[in-house]
Amino acid sequence: MTTTEPAPDTTEEERPIGFGRLLRKEDPRLIRGMGNFVDDISLDGMLHLAILRSPVAHARIVSIDTSAAEAHPKVVAVITGEDLAAQGLAWMPTLSNDTQAVLATDKVRFQHQEVAFVVAEDRYSARDALELIDVEYDWLDPVVDVRTALDADVPVIRDDLDGKTDNHIFDWETGDEAATNAVFDSADVVVSEEIIYPRVHPAPMETCGCVADVERVSGQLTLWCTSQAPHAHRTVYALVAGLPEHKIRVIAPDIGGGFGNKVPIYPGYVCAIVASLVIGKPVKWMEDRTENLVSTGFARDYVMNADIAATKEGKILAVRTNVLADHGAFNGVAAPTKYPAGFFGVFTGSYDLEAAYAKMTAVYTNKAPGGVAYACSFRITEAVYLVERIVDCLAHELDMDPAELRLKNFIKPDQFPYETKTGWVYDSGDYEPAMRKAMEMAGYDELRREQAEKRERGELMGIGVSFFTEAVGAGPRKDMDILGLGMADGCELRIHPTGKAVVRLSVKTQGQGHETTFAQIVAEEIGIPPEDIEVVHGDTDNTPFGLGTYGSRSTPVSGAAAALVTRKVRDKAQIIASGMLEVSVADLQWDKGAFSVKGDPTKSVTIQDIAMRAHGAGDLPDGLEGGLEAQICYNPENLTYPFGAYICVVDIDPDTAVVKVRRFIAVDDCGTQINPMIIEGQVHGGLADGVGMAMMEMIAFDEDGNCLGGSLMDYLIPTALETPDWETGHTVTPSPHHPIGAKGIGESATVGSPPAVVNAIVDALKPYGIRHADMPLTPSRVWEAMQGNHTPPI
Amino acid sequence: MQVPAPFEYERATSVEHAIALRTQLGEEARFIAGGHSLLPMMKLRLANPEYLIDINDLDELFYITRADDEIRIGAMTRHRELLDSDLLAEHFPIFRDAEKVIADPVVRNRGTLGGSLCQADPSEDLSAVCTTLDASCVIKSTDGERIVSMQDFHVGPYETAVGDTEMLTEIRIPLKAGGGSAYEKVERRAGDWAVVSSGVAVWMSNGTIDDGRVGLAAVGPNTTSIGPVAEALRGAAPSEEFYEQVGEIAAANCSPQTDQRGTAAYKTHLAKELTRRSLRRAVARAQGQEA
Ligand SMILES: Cc1cc2nc3c(=O)[nH]c(=O)nc-3n(C[C@H](O)[C@H](O)[C@H](O)COP(=O)(O)OP(=O)(O)OC[C@H]3O[C@@H](n4cnc5c(N)ncnc54)[C@H](O)[C@@H]3O)c2cc1C
Repeated sequence: MTTTEPAPDTTEEERPIGFGRLLRKEDPRLIRGMGNFVDDISLDGMLHLAILRSPVAHARIVSIDTSAAEAHPKVVAVITGEDLAAQGLAWMPTLSNDTQAVLATDKVRFQHQEVAFVVAEDRYSARDALELIDVEYDWLDPVVDVRTALDADVPVIRDDLDGKTDNHIFDWETGDEAATNAVFDSADVVVSEEIIYPRVHPAPMETCGCVADVERVSGQLTLWCTSQAPHAHRTVYALVAGLPEHKIRVIAPDIGGGFGNKVPIYPGYVCAIVASLVIGKPVKWMEDRTENLVSTGFARDYVMNADIAATKEGKILAVRTNVLADHGAFNGVAAPTKYPAGFFGVFTGSYDLEAAYAKMTAVYTNKAPGGVAYACSFRITEAVYLVERIVDCLAHELDMDPAELRLKNFIKPDQFPYETKTGWVYDSGDYEPAMRKAMEMAGYDELRREQAEKRERGELMGIGVSFFTEAVGAGPRKDMDILGLGMADGCELRIHPTGKAVVRLSVKTQGQGHETTFAQIVAEEIGIPPEDIEVVHGDTDNTPFGLGTYGSRSTPVSGAAAALVTRKVRDKAQIIASGMLEVSVADLQWDKGAFSVKGDPTKSVTIQDIAMRAHGAGDLPDGLEGGLEAQICYNPENLTYPFGAYICVVDIDPDTAVVKVRRFIAVDDCGTQINPMIIEGQVHGGLADGVGMAMMEMIAFDEDGNCLGGSLMDYLIPTALETPDWETGHTVTPSPHHPIGAKGIGESATVGSPPAVVNAIVDALKPYGIRHADMPLTPSRVWEAMQGNHTPPI
Repeated sequence: MQVPAPFEYERATSVEHAIALRTQLGEEARFIAGGHSLLPMMKLRLANPEYLIDINDLDELFYITRADDEIRIGAMTRHRELLDSDLLAEHFPIFRDAEKVIADPVVRNRGTLGGSLCQADPSEDLSAVCTTLDASCVIKSTDGERIVSMQDFHVGPYETAVGDTEMLTEIRIPLKAGGGSAYEKVERRAGDWAVVSSGVAVWMSNGTIDDGRVGLAAVGPNTTSIGPVAEALRGAAPSEEFYEQVGEIAAANCSPQTDQRGTAAYKTHLAKELTRRSLRRAVARAQGQEA
């Protein structure tokens, strides 16, 4: 059970026309097992593709013998990197303008890298035939430790890149170094800590895969794919493979979780397209669980050195950090072009600082490539973890209450829009009420009293506080693009003659409930009940162009587009209504769903009447075309900045070091709430995620570069038993530039919860003199910290 | 989807039939019980048997009964039945303690006692339980049956005394007066294998421990019963200091390794702490108090 207070603007009625707790329109299909996922797609004559992967992290390929596999009675084709190279397809661009091998030609650069593929009549035979391929490898020393990746004597991983003599990818910096150093030099208190965010994996329930079908005569490619960004994928295929874009249709059907894992283009998709092109039949490729965990986009993997400067009274002056980022063997980070470190620049958090500076170095290692926005809004998870952890370290040093310290340093409501010392303009915020509300829900003072009593008795109880500011909804397009595609999104609305509607989106749900919330946005603006509004998404042939769903951009960008396109339609409806009611446009007033004559409410027409008139017989006002529809492309003015206050309470068994999360209080502010039930769902998921990362999740490697996280028995994700009953609440501070004042909520909890959990555990360990311990805080790692043996996880 | 290599499949209709098939098909054949250890290994292609002999129809192997001075459990008895059994809970509460923390309900609905013991995973909880209770295993072949102690049953990690033409059919646990038992496990997450677990059984009279055993999982190549602990327990009077000492003996006699579940030092510490806790509860139960 979950405790939740009712949202103020929520009606109890089950079917609000507009915002409110509408049950999800997609659920009847999904909970009856009638969803349509990529693996449900089966086409006549469809073949199956399986990928042979490297058993080692770093080796030169000496030879590949495919003859035995080709002789398998059910095998149709075996393709190696050499075969692809002959077509110029052995390499492809990554989302960060690096290149990545589709199939290895020269050498393998991470364990489980794609080496060859088999296409067979069924998926069993395809898998069996992999065992018949004989690859001879010449082993090379792997680069596993990110800290030594730039040493002079380590092997160069990317010797495929012209003139590359080291494993360096990029240096990046933000803020004013000199000004920051000056503040540090004269500060009363400086606290420093190495803070690690280990490599984790999005691990969606549904793994990645596709069905590629190249039609022989027309050359038309239809690709059913687990894609969070179907339009962006289509354009990239057009640019890379040289296929004409109008001959490509990408369809993302139901998706079983994305979390950023389904943003990149993976070699498997390209292999399936090539196979279908070559063989002339539809080809399905579906990863198994291990392949998903060991080869697709991971997240985080930052070693962060953090410094914080403050006065002895606890006024925070500056934050400074130096980050070493492990990007794996290919730089496959999903981030806007000008932001190689994503939006890490918001590491200044929710505080009014005098100065801030960050420097980052990104390196190649012999590990899987990626660095996706795993529910992290482009590296904000790392940034928030950094600042919320180092603020707690400061509280520890000053012996101040961590909630108190935060309250003292918040950006004040009248400072918004607030420009941070790293140049981000926070659109709106009112932090103190959110913090006070969380403290009140938690019974903060009472908890601290209980903790003091328990400490007297040698019991370990911890209270962790975090306060985050998120930055979601990328563009605007002038600042943000991915591979040259501007981050703006289209939306199209058509009202049918009988007053039912269809709205077409460029974004794509992976579980967030777009089919419900977008219908609600349209309903709120035009008064048509949500059940009468069909939401179409995930099919490039049937939706307008846009960059897709990740970094919580659907509501801030496409949600705005949906509201504005509906207003455009409503404006036209108003002109039609003026004709129907024979008054001027200015004399009409809008009550959700109908126009009436000002001062004479008996004279009114509903939107349904207007829709029929727009398509019906009879004249329309002068110069007006028939039909009731519109299309727009929304280019956001700025990001939106949701925020929240989280409090976590843990108990630790002092003898076994087992941590129990007793309570978790989450107060979120995502501006205007479209569907509070869906918001709570997003928050619940993110909180569970945060508990997982804080306490058990990590993609680890042994010293040879073997991935130790290849199954869900090795890579642990939390269950209902590790998570408490969530206590959620909210405040509402609308975004001033978003047409309905909404901000994103998809990642807030994932961003905000890990520091709350870690801060709670570290707080519990205060009697041991512990100020910091790195995730994942498994019982063993907690116990080692209690013995004074804390070691970084990487 | 992870798919296993090709294999042939046959459903046995009786124990004799199963053993005959096994004898005929040889070492490339495997029995399949609940399949919750074997199938994951086959999907990862760590196990590639050519034949599977399904023993799920062998109704004669599903039972928990009392026979004079022992409890007999059929090899196909599922985790779920072990968890629910009041007979077991009455005599050996360690079973319910352990079953509550083995895997999850889905796995417990299928996984079996026989499969667990035959899997011989060093972290296997039921092996630790059976070791603690000094169980013996009935192994059948066309030549008849033989009975081996748990000590002899496990011959190494993932290796047992059951030969290529044999089948484990029953587990027998001796009933002695004044018994109490308990099980403690630390896991990183519900449903995970043990970081370490410890089972303790004691048999007491007049406030003194006449006999006792400990079984530890995940601290060595097999679940182990620790001789020096049994020696220390014999004739001892229970006390907090004594529990602590016994824990220390247990810790001194195990050889865990550092892995993703924890460091060797932590596991050694847990061997001590969990043995202490199990012992405390086992003694309380032997004295008729539920702890
Ligand atoms: C997600 C998950 C979590 C788990 N967590 C735990 C845990 O926390 N603790 C724990 O102890 N276990 C755990 N397990 C293992 C679980 O208990 C298994 O069910 C058990 O180990 C094997 O029993 P089974 O009946 O499924 O055996 P199977 O997989 O069918 O067989 C295992 C092996 O035993 C052989 N075999 C089976 N029966 C016989 C017989 N009668 N005679 C001879 N050979 C036989 C088979 O040939 C095979 O080699 C977990 C399993 C899963 C999938």
